[in-house]
Amino acid sequence: MSSPMESGNPVYAARRRVNAFMLTLSGAALAFGLFWLVWIVATLLWEGATALRPSILLQPTPPPGNDGGLSNAIIGSLMMAGVGTAIGTPVGILAGTYLAEYGRTGWLAPATRFINDVLLSAPSIVIGLFVYAVYVARVGHFSGWAGALALSVIVIPVVVRTTDDMLKLVPNSLREAAVALGCPKWKMITLVSYRAARAGILTGVLLAVARISGETAPLLFTALNNQFTSWNMNAPMANLPVVIFQFAMSPYDDWQRLAWGGAALITLVVLGINIAARMLFSKKH
Amino acid sequence: MSTVIDSVGHTSVSPSREMSRANEPRKAPQVPPNNALMDAIFRNVTRFFAFAVFSLLAAILATLLVGSLPSIEKFGAHFLVHDNWDPVQEDFGALVPIFGTLVTSAIAMVIAIPVSFGIALFLTELSPPWLRRPLGTAIEMLAAIPSIIYGMWGLFVFAPLFQEYVQPAVQSAFGDVPGLGALFGGPPMGIGMMTAGIILAVMVIPFITAVMRDVFEIVPPMLKESAYGLGSTTWEVTWRVVLPYTKVGVIGGIMLGLGRALGETMAITFVIGNAHRLSASLFAPGNSIASALANEFTEAVGDLYTSALIELGLILFFITTIVLACSKLLLMQLAKQEGARA
Repeated sequence: MSSPMESGNPVYAARRRVNAFMLTLSGAALAFGLFWLVWIVATLLWEGATALRPSILLQPTPPPGNDGGLSNAIIGSLMMAGVGTAIGTPVGILAGTYLAEYGRTGWLAPATRFINDVLLSAPSIVIGLFVYAVYVARVGHFSGWAGALALSVIVIPVVVRTTDDMLKLVPNSLREAAVALGCPKWKMITLVSYRAARAGILTGVLLAVARISGETAPLLFTALNNQFTSWNMNAPMANLPVVIFQFAMSPYDDWQRLAWGGAALITLVVLGINIAARMLFSKKH
Repeated sequence: MSTVIDSVGHTSVSPSREMSRANEPRKAPQVPPNNALMDAIFRNVTRFFAFAVFSLLAAILATLLVGSLPSIEKFGAHFLVHDNWDPVQEDFGALVPIFGTLVTSAIAMVIAIPVSFGIALFLTELSPPWLRRPLGTAIEMLAAIPSIIYGMWGLFVFAPLFQEYVQPAVQSAFGDVPGLGALFGGPPMGIGMMTAGIILAVMVIPFITAVMRDVFEIVPPMLKESAYGLGSTTWEVTWRVVLPYTKVGVIGGIMLGLGRALGETMAITFVIGNAHRLSASLFAPGNSIASALANEFTEAVGDLYTSALIELGLILFFITTIVLACSKLLLMQLAKQEGARA
C-alpha cells in the first residue's frame, strides 16, 4: 500500500514539487541573510587586522600622511556614551517602572507605551536635529554635552521598553507576597520587582549601550568632531563614528586605513556587547 | 520545629510577628509614617518620567516645526513638489530627497519582504530546534552592526563589485527592453539608488524577520496540525493557514521595516551618491532626506538654508512616525485578536 502522496498522481506530484521548491527558497533566504553577515564581518576582520595596532588606542588622530591612532575619538566616544547612558538609564527605568507597575489603569501608560515604540525606531538623525535645535542652537556651539544628550534620547526608549517588558515578567505572586507582609508599594518595587527583573533590565541597558556605540547620525551636528584629545564636554568632541565617517570619505589612504581599524573596533565591541547581553539574559531565564 | 519557632520569636522583622502586631491597634504606628509619603513620591516620580517620555514625540515635532517655520513661510506647500535645491540662490525644494527616500525604501522592501518571510519560515518550521537559536541570533546580529559600517562596507567593497559585475550584466540583459531600459540606464557607477536600496534591504531584514517569527509562533498548533492532518504540505500550511492567520502582524512587521528604511542615514549617505537630481534610472546617484541632512547640515550657512534642512527633517519624522504608528496599531490589533480568542 502506498500512500496517496507517494503515488504517481500528477496533482500530488505537483504539490510536492511546489513544496520542495518553496522550502528550498526559504533555506536560500536564510543563506542570503547569513551571507551578508559573514561577508561584512570577514571584510572588517581582514581590513581591520592590518589597522588594529596598539598605536590606534594610544595616539590621537593624525593629519594625513602622519602616523597616528584614534585615541581621542575613543576617549570622546566613551565619555559621551557614558554620560548618555547615565542620563538615559534612570529616566528609562523610572518611566518603564510606571508603565509596568502603575500602568494598569489610566491613559498615560498605554499612550506612553505606544509613543515609546514609535520613538524606538525613530530616525536617529532627526534626534540629532532635535538636540541641535533645543541645545546647540541655544548655547551657540557644538559640544560633548549635546552629543551625550542626543545619545540619551536614543537610550531612553530602549530602556523603557525592556524595563517594562522585564517587570511584566515578574510573577504577581511575588508582589502579592511582599504586599501581604505589609510592604509599602515603593519598597515592593525596589526590593522585590527590581531584584527579580535585574538581569533583564541590565540586558536592556547593555543593548542600549551597544546601540549608541555605533550611532553616527545624531552626533554629526551635536558633538561635531575634534582633531585633538579633549576632556572638555563643553567643547566639540571627537568620537569614533564621526571620525570613521570623515576618514572613510577622505581621499587619503592612511586615513581610510584608520577608518577600517575604527570600524573593526566598533563592530567587535558592539557585537560583543550584544552577545554578552544575550548570554546574561538567557542564563537568568 | 522548636528552632523555627524560636527564631521567629526573636526576629523582629519576621512576617508572622508583624502581622500579629498589625492586629493590635495600639501598635499600628510601627509602620513608619513616611511610607505613605514615600509611596506618593515614588509613584509621582515614575509618573513624571513616563509623562516626559510621552511628551518627547510631541516635543520633537514641535521643535522641528518651529525650526522650519522660515522655510515653510517662504516656500509653503510648493516645497514638497519643487525639484530645485540651490543654496546659492536660496531656492529649496524637497522633491529630490523625498523621491530618493521613497525609491530606496521601495527597493529595500521589494528585496527584504520575501527574504524575511523565507528566513522566518525556515526558523519556525524547517530548522532543527537546536539550530534555531544560533541561526536566529546570527540574523539578529545584522541589526546590531552599526549603520556606518554598512555604509563604509557598501562604498569600498560592495559598490565596486556591483559596478564591475552586476550593473553591466543587468544593462546588457534589460537595456534594450523599452521601459526597463530606462530604469537601468546611465553609466554604471557602483553607487546610486539601487546600491543604497540593496544595502537598506540587508539592514531591515532582521527587523521584519523578528516580527514575522514572533507572529508565526502564535498560530495555534491545532490549526496547523489540522491542515497537516488533511494532507497539506508544509508550504500549503504556511501559505494557506499561517499567513492568513497572521496577516495583520506580518503587515505590521513590514511597516516596521519600512519605518526603519525611511530613516536610515549613514549607510545611505555613503552609497547613494548625493546628487540633487531626479533620474528615472535606479543606477543613477540620488539623494535621500537623511543623507541630505547628514551631508549638508553642518555646512549650511544662512537661516533659510538651515530652516529648509530642518523642514526636510520634519517631513522625514512625520512620515516615519505615521508608518511606525500604523505598524504598532496593526501589531496591537493582532494581539487583541489573540486575547479575544484565548
